[in-house]
Amino acid sequence: MTEPSLFTLRPEVLLAILGMAAATYACRAGGYAVLRGRRPPRFVQAMLQHLPGCIFVAFILPGVVAQGPLHLAGAAAAVLCMALTRMLTLSIIVGVGVVWGLVAILG
Amino acid sequence: MTAPVTFTWAGFRAGMRLVAPALPSFVPFGLVVGLQAAGQGLSALEVMLMSLFVFAGTSQLVGLGAWGWPVPMLAVTLAAMVVNLRMAPMSAALSPMFNGLHGWRLWASLFTVTDHSFAMSVNEMRQGNRDAAVLLGMGIPTWLWWTSCVTLGHALAGVMTISPTHPLIFAGLATMAALTVTLWRGRADLLPWGVAGAVGVALSQAGLATPWPVLAGAVAGSAVGAVRDMRRP
Repeated sequence: MTEPSLFTLRPEVLLAILGMAAATYACRAGGYAVLRGRRPPRFVQAMLQHLPGCIFVAFILPGVVAQGPLHLAGAAAAVLCMALTRMLTLSIIVGVGVVWGLVAILG
Repeated sequence: MTAPVTFTWAGFRAGMRLVAPALPSFVPFGLVVGLQAAGQGLSALEVMLMSLFVFAGTSQLVGLGAWGWPVPMLAVTLAAMVVNLRMAPMSAALSPMFNGLHGWRLWASLFTVTDHSFAMSVNEMRQGNRDAAVLLGMGIPTWLWWTSCVTLGHALAGVMTISPTHPLIFAGLATMAALTVTLWRGRADLLPWGVAGAVGVALSQAGLATPWPVLAGAVAGSAVGAVRDMRRP
C-alpha cells in the first residue's frame, strides 16, 4: 500500500464505505420500516414504551462493567450529577473527571 | 398523545439547542476514529466520506480495527451491521414521530438517528412535543460536527496520539449514562431496567459479542415491563 494523498479515493475503499453505510442505514430505518403504516399488537406497543430506557441500560452497563470499577464509578458519578442538576455538560465533565482522577491516583 | 405531527423551523432550532451541550463529548471519540483511520492508511477524503455516509462512531472504530489491504469489504460491512443493530429498536420506538413524516423528511430523519438524539427525542415525545423537525435539528449539527472531529483527528495523526483507553474517551459513555437519567419515568422503570441491565451484563460477561448482550437485554427488559403492564391495566 502506498501512502495516500489528502484526496486519494480508492474504489475498494469507497465500496467498503458504501457497504458499511448501507448496513448502518438498514439498521436505522429497518426498525421503523417494519412498523410503518400498521398498528403493532398491544404487547409490542407496551414493549416499545419500555424500549428506550432498556436499550440504554443494556448498552452502557455491560460496557462499563467490562472496563472495571473505575469506569463504573465514573458512570455512577455522571448519573448522580445528572439526577441532581439536570445539567448535561456538567455531568459529562464530572463523569470523565472521576475516571481521570481515579486512574491518576490508583492507575 | 394523538396531536398531529408537525415539522417546523422552531422545532429544528429547538433540536439544535437540545443537542448543543452534547457536542463537545464527541470530540475525543472523533479524534480517535480519525487517528485510527490515518494509522490504517486511509486518506483524509476517505475517512471524511466514511463519517458522512456511515455516521456511527462505534461501528467506524470497529470497522477500522478490522481494516486491511486489500480491504475486507464483507467483514467491515458485517461489522457495521452487527454494531448498529441496536438502532433498529430505537427507530421502532420513535415511530409515533416518524409516522407523521413522508418523503425526504422521513428518510433523512431516520438517517440522523444517534444514541443521543434518540434519548433526547424520546424525552420530547413524552413531554408531548409532536414537532418531528427536532430530530433533524439534532441530527444535522451532530452529523457535520462528527465528520469535522474525525477529519481533524486524521489531520492530527503524527502530531498527537490518544489511546483508546484514555479517560477522555469515557466522555461518550458518560454522556449516554447521563442521558439515561432523562429517560427515567419513575419506580415502574426499576424492574424492566434491572432486567435489561442484568441480562446485558450476564451475557457480555459470559463472552457473548456485540450486539447480542444489548439486544437480548433490551428485549428482555421491555418484555418483562410489557407483561407487568398488561397484567394490571
